[in-house]
Amino acid sequence: MADLPYRIVIGLEVHVQLLTQTKLFCGCSTRFGQPPNSATCPVCLGLPGALPVMNRRAFDLAVKAALALNCRIASFTKWDRKNYYYPDLPKNYQISQYDLPFSSDGHLDIQTPEGTKRIGIIRAHLEEDAGKLLHEEGGSGKDSLVDLNRTGTPLLEIVSQPELSAPEEAKAYLEELRLLLKALEISDCEMQEGSLRCDANVNIHVPHADGVAATPIVEVKNLNSFRAVERAIKFEANRQYGQFQSDGKKLGDRGVSKATAGWDDVRGVTVVQRRKEEASDYRYFPDPDLVPIEVDSAWIAEVRALLGELPAAQRTRLQSQYALSAYDTEVITRQGRPFVAYFEELARGCGDAAEAKNWLTNEILQTLNDRKSDVRAFPQPADAIAELIREAKATGLNKQRARDVYAHMVSEGGTAKEVIKKLGFTPVTDEGQLRDIVRRAMAANAKAVTDFKNGKVKAADAIKGAVMRETKGMARTEMVQQILLEELQRA
Amino acid sequence: MSLTVDDTRWVAHLARLQLADAELATMTRQLGAILDYVTQLQQARTDNVEPLAHPLPIHNVFRDDSPAPSLSVDAALANAPQRRDNFFAVPAVLD
Repeated sequence: MADLPYRIVIGLEVHVQLLTQTKLFCGCSTRFGQPPNSATCPVCLGLPGALPVMNRRAFDLAVKAALALNCRIASFTKWDRKNYYYPDLPKNYQISQYDLPFSSDGHLDIQTPEGTKRIGIIRAHLEEDAGKLLHEEGGSGKDSLVDLNRTGTPLLEIVSQPELSAPEEAKAYLEELRLLLKALEISDCEMQEGSLRCDANVNIHVPHADGVAATPIVEVKNLNSFRAVERAIKFEANRQYGQFQSDGKKLGDRGVSKATAGWDDVRGVTVVQRRKEEASDYRYFPDPDLVPIEVDSAWIAEVRALLGELPAAQRTRLQSQYALSAYDTEVITRQGRPFVAYFEELARGCGDAAEAKNWLTNEILQTLNDRKSDVRAFPQPADAIAELIREAKATGLNKQRARDVYAHMVSEGGTAKEVIKKLGFTPVTDEGQLRDIVRRAMAANAKAVTDFKNGKVKAADAIKGAVMRETKGMARTEMVQQILLEELQRA
Repeated sequence: MSLTVDDTRWVAHLARLQLADAELATMTRQLGAILDYVTQLQQARTDNVEPLAHPLPIHNVFRDDSPAPSLSVDAALANAPQRRDNFFAVPAVLD
C-alpha cells in the first residue's frame, strides 16, 4: 500500500450468530432455512404483554468469545432498547447493549506481510437480530415481504479499533476471527447464511501542507464475502480520495456526519445512502423487561476452562512439535480443530510428521474438497491412513501405487494391507523368486545381454524393464538392479 | 429547555409519524412541558447515587436453550395488515 497518496483507516463491525438452538429471548428455533414466519412467537413478534427471558447458553457463548478475544468481562451488564422504525423490527426497538456492554478492551493478533499485528477490540456485546425483508422484483409500487424467523436470533457484535490499515489486513482479521469462532464452536460463521456479517468503517488520512487531513467516515454495508470486504474498502478509499480532492471536506467539519454506503458487488462500487442516524436518535434506554446480569470470577473461570488451545497457540505448537513450516501449519490450522486432531493422530500413528503432513494436505484435503465434506465425515480414521503410510514405506510401495491404495480405501473401504493384497501390490521380496524372474528376462532378451557384454551398459535397462513388467512394478528397483548385475556378470 | 418545532418534527420523523402544522405546535408545547419537568428532576443532586439499571433488586434470570413450540404461520400472520403467501406484506421499503 506504500504507493497510495493516503493512508487507509479501517474499523470492522462484525456480527456473528451464536450457535444456540433457540433465540436470545424466547424458545423459537434459530435453524436456518425454515419456512417463512414459522419460527415466531409473541416475544419475537413483539406482541403486547410478551416478556423476554435471556438464553443462558447465548450468554455463555458470548463470554467464551470475549475471553478468546482477550476482552475484559464486565462484572455488571444490562440490556438497552435501541429504538428505530423499520418493518423488519416488529417491536420498533432492538434489544442491544449500549453503555455497559458485557465485554470490552480486547485484541486479536493477525498475520501481515510485515509480521504479527495486534488489532484492538473496542467491545463485544450481545444483541438480537432483526427479520428479513424481501423486496419484490419489478420496482415501484410493489410490496416488501417480511419474514420474522430471524427476529430475535442471538448476535455477538465485535467492534474493532480503527487499526486496520489495508484491505488485506481487514481480510486477515476476518479470517482469523472466523477461525477462532469456529474452533470454539461459538458460531459457524457462514456468510452465505448470514451467520457472519461485516460492516466496514472506512476513511483515509491524506498528508498535506498543514499536516494530515482525515476524511469523513463512511460505514460500508452489504459486504457478502471476504473478497467483497477487500474490494469495497479499496474502492471506498479511492472514492474518498477523489471526493476530498474535489470538496476538501474533513472529518469534524460543520455539517459533516458519518454516512452509510452500500456495496454493489456486481458493479464493484460503493453507493452512499443516507445520513446515518446519530446515536441519540436511537434514544437508547435500559430495557425494563430484562434484569441485569452480574458475572463473578467463578463464572469467568468456568468458561475460560472450556477454551482449550486457541488457533494462535496451536500454530506455534504445531510448528515446533512437528517441525512444520509456517505455511504448512497455516494450511492445517485453517481447516479447524478436527482436522488438526486428525493430523496429530496421523503423525503419531505413522511416526513421520512430514509424511503425515504430505498425505493430509495433498490427498486427504483433495478428497474432502472434492466431496465438499469435513474431516469428521472422512471414511478412514487416522490410524488406517497411518497404516498405509507405514506399509508403503516398509514395502517400498511407490507413491503412485500408494495413492491407488488410498483411493481404493476411501471409495471402497478396507485396510491398507487388504487393499494392497487385493490390488496385487504385494511386493516381490523373495530373492530366489526375483532371481528366477531376472534369468527368464535375460533369456528372453538375449540380444540385450550380448550388447551389455560388448560394453553397452544401457542395454541392461531393457532387461530391467522386462523384470518390472513381470513383477507389475512390485519389485524393489535396487534389488532388481543388484541381482541383474550379478547375473549379467555371470552370463 | 426549550423544545423547537424542528425538534418535534425530527422526533416525529424518527417515529414515522406525519404531523400537521397544528399538531406539531400542540406536540411541541406538550413535549416541552414534559422536558421542563425532567429538567427540574435533573437539578436533584445525584453525585453519590449509582445509576439504576432496573427497578427490581434481582439479576441473572435465565432460561435453558431448549426449543419451545412456535406459533403456527397463520397465527403469526393473524394481525398482519396485509398478508402475501406466508409473509407480512408492507409498503415497499426503498432505503
